[in-house]
Amino acid sequence: MEKVIVAMQDPDMGMKMRNQRLLITVIPHAMTGRDVIDWLIQKYNICEEEALHVGGMLVRYGYIYPLKEPRSLVLRADETPYRFQTPYFWTSTRWPASELDYAIYLAKKNIRKQGELMEYEKERYSLLHKRINHTWDFVVMQAREQLRASKQRRKADRIVLECQEQAYWLINRPPVRSLTLHYSLTLCVCVCVCVCVCTCVFCLCLQIESCRRALGRNRVKSSICLEGFVKFSEQYQNHDPIMQGCLPSNPWISDDTAHWTMNSEIVPVPTRLRVERWSFSFMELLNDPIGRREFMTYLEKEFSAENLCFWQACEDIRHGESSKIIQKVEDVYKNFLAPGAARWVNIDSKTMDKTLEGIKHPHRFVMDDAQLHIYFLMKKDSYPRYLKSDLYKNMLAKAIVPQETKKSVFPFMRRQRHSSPSPAQAVTQVTEEDGRAMGAGKAGTNSEFSLFILFISSHISSTGRAPSSGCMWSK
Amino acid sequence: MRSPPIPEMATQEVQLNETLAHLKTESETLKSKLEEERAKLHDVELHQVAEKVEGLGQFVMKTRRTLKGHGNKVLCMDWCKDKRRIVSSSQDGKVIVWDAFTTNKEHAVTMPCTWVMACAYAPSGCAVACGGLDNKCSVYPLSLDKNENLAAKKKSVAMHTNYLSACSFTNSDMQILTSSGDGTCALWDVESGQLLQSFHGHAADVLCLDLAPSETGNTFVSGGCDKKANVWDMRSGQCIQSFETHESDINSVRYYPSGDAFASGSDDATCRLYDLRADREVAIYSKESIIFGVSSVDFSLSGRLLFGGYNDYTINVWDVLKGTRVSILFGHENRVSTLRVSPDGTAFCTGSWDHTLRIWA
Repeated sequence: MEKVIVAMQDPDMGMKMRNQRLLITVIPHAMTGRDVIDWLIQKYNICEEEALHVGGMLVRYGYIYPLKEPRSLVLRADETPYRFQTPYFWTSTRWPASELDYAIYLAKKNIRKQGELMEYEKERYSLLHKRINHTWDFVVMQAREQLRASKQRRKADRIVLECQEQAYWLINRPPVRSLTLHYSLTLCVCVCVCVCVCTCVFCLCLQIESCRRALGRNRVKSSICLEGFVKFSEQYQNHDPIMQGCLPSNPWISDDTAHWTMNSEIVPVPTRLRVERWSFSFMELLNDPIGRREFMTYLEKEFSAENLCFWQACEDIRHGESSKIIQKVEDVYKNFLAPGAARWVNIDSKTMDKTLEGIKHPHRFVMDDAQLHIYFLMKKDSYPRYLKSDLYKNMLAKAIVPQETKKSVFPFMRRQRHSSPSPAQAVTQVTEEDGRAMGAGKAGTNSEFSLFILFISSHISSTGRAPSSGCMWSK
Repeated sequence: MRSPPIPEMATQEVQLNETLAHLKTESETLKSKLEEERAKLHDVELHQVAEKVEGLGQFVMKTRRTLKGHGNKVLCMDWCKDKRRIVSSSQDGKVIVWDAFTTNKEHAVTMPCTWVMACAYAPSGCAVACGGLDNKCSVYPLSLDKNENLAAKKKSVAMHTNYLSACSFTNSDMQILTSSGDGTCALWDVESGQLLQSFHGHAADVLCLDLAPSETGNTFVSGGCDKKANVWDMRSGQCIQSFETHESDINSVRYYPSGDAFASGSDDATCRLYDLRADREVAIYSKESIIFGVSSVDFSLSGRLLFGGYNDYTINVWDVLKGTRVSILFGHENRVSTLRVSPDGTAFCTGSWDHTLRIWA
């Protein structure tokens, strides 16, 4: 923030300041709110709203203070006069706003004009009086001294100094105990303290070790990596609801959950975008429950389903309960790795030996090498063939392309927002009753009804466009 | 007559200082060598490659839901995999689970400590994890029985020696990754509360972490007060890569959707993009008019947009490829402390010190 303030005060490029009249006294080096906004807009090439926002921050944190209404810490884009706060009073100078200083300030105010103190200031004054009573003589003496010294100054200077001091105390002892500003400053200090570089030997050794490792690693040329980002963003652009919108509509905007219903974990017919995504990468296919199921069906036809089963079992070991690891590893060995096993997987001998050795002392990651081998086998061999297969092509052909919902025909009727079954509840249902598709049960009636409304309203508002043959009613 | 021990101690101290100085110079030389190596393969800038990409049009995003109910600053939030539920935690010790779509509160837990700085939703949707100044990470299974006191079933999983800054479940409900003010990250087994792996290397508080969406799923990135972002191997506990280009604390790190890069947001008011294969920083997202730190960053689904929540109460939206700012969003009345895009990318949620959460779409 201080960089901005310094730039503002630059004699050549900074703000133009003039003498402002405050009542009858002329205050030097002041500026209007409008000037501040215009300067910010011009210098940083931003719009008025943002300039108002940044300027407002500068006032809130006390770098600029208003002359006319000191308690109103806002920036007004008009003729209201403002001044820069002296660096002495900047919050970052960390001049601790001690109780003694505050007491002196309040005492000065009290002496200068009886009844000048505001309610909250009176309260604090009496509180401080009680708390630091032992130094009260000192406080009063200091206050008197400071007032005497200020009387010797020119009136304009005196007013300026009074304004500066008042602004400083408004920030550091705000009227309503607004903890936000105070706490944020304290937290800032705490965080700054954390930034102390630990120079212990241990840390340095670790750093040196990781540097050495880093020097040995293979790097890829920037041009290749960055092209990758461009390609990825292009590929996924149509799938990004924030960029391209989503069909039939974004639930958050239209209050209609059809998009979620059509794309829930298990649906009879998935959407086209979803099926397209399976072709982007092997991970996309495996991460989608329907995709994985389809792939399994394909592998069964090719008599290599044991690969996917093995991979799933390994995932289960890696991410499952610690207590079940030993049992699971044994099962995997029996089913997939033992000679003559029912679903023996084809792993190269080196990996097999290493895995069998590791099984003697089973741990969470013992299957990693074997799992990776099978994963890449599927990725390089079965996956590309699946994408070319009739199974996939048929899936793509009968996939749904939802109609875009036009803006509602009755704009004043807000759709009711229906709640959905909590995932926690859904899981308990599944454990009680077998084979119920999750979430489809309860939400079924609501979504069907809303789909019906969609169908009707989209049909009414679209002129001469018949609904596509891949209609959402095929069940 | 025994000679006074003081000269001995002095020599030992001198030796220690010498070793320290020696190590420091070695570390510095290696670092500059590393920078040289990294620079060799840097043949083009991101915005140059992005010149051929179409620019983004007008950007309109509005607050679609405002979630009110927290009594104090919201510090952290996370989405549920069902794309509509969220969990949020605040300074007053409350952790609330909302159905953000209907804005109903579904569960509420009061933690025994204030400043709950981290919370996470379990992948199954059946539990939440949270922690903060109590130095612990606790897992609460979510029960739908209204009469059941959630706090009774609480399970203490992680134990650090300083505040918990971030936590995240790995691919399942069974493991949690945590980062702490004590400078370490740790991987825990939820069932037994056992420490599975700890990660040492940061020289100061670790403030954030994110798990990689990669095929092999074994790495994560962390950012800390030592201005470094480190990439770790979860199996071995080693730091694989390290990046130190920020000028201040790193408050937030998030992987690019492909897993080949990650973005970071820092108190130096910039967001930066680091490419893992090129092993370097490839973009800086900053503007002279932005002078407040970034508290939280996240990518849109395609990775084309980067959303940053700032301490000046705004959200800035960046074009990741071109490096320009697409939009600035106003709405919160105090600093934005947390920002996450929903799992299907339809919206993003922000939590703020103004006690509210907002859903933007």
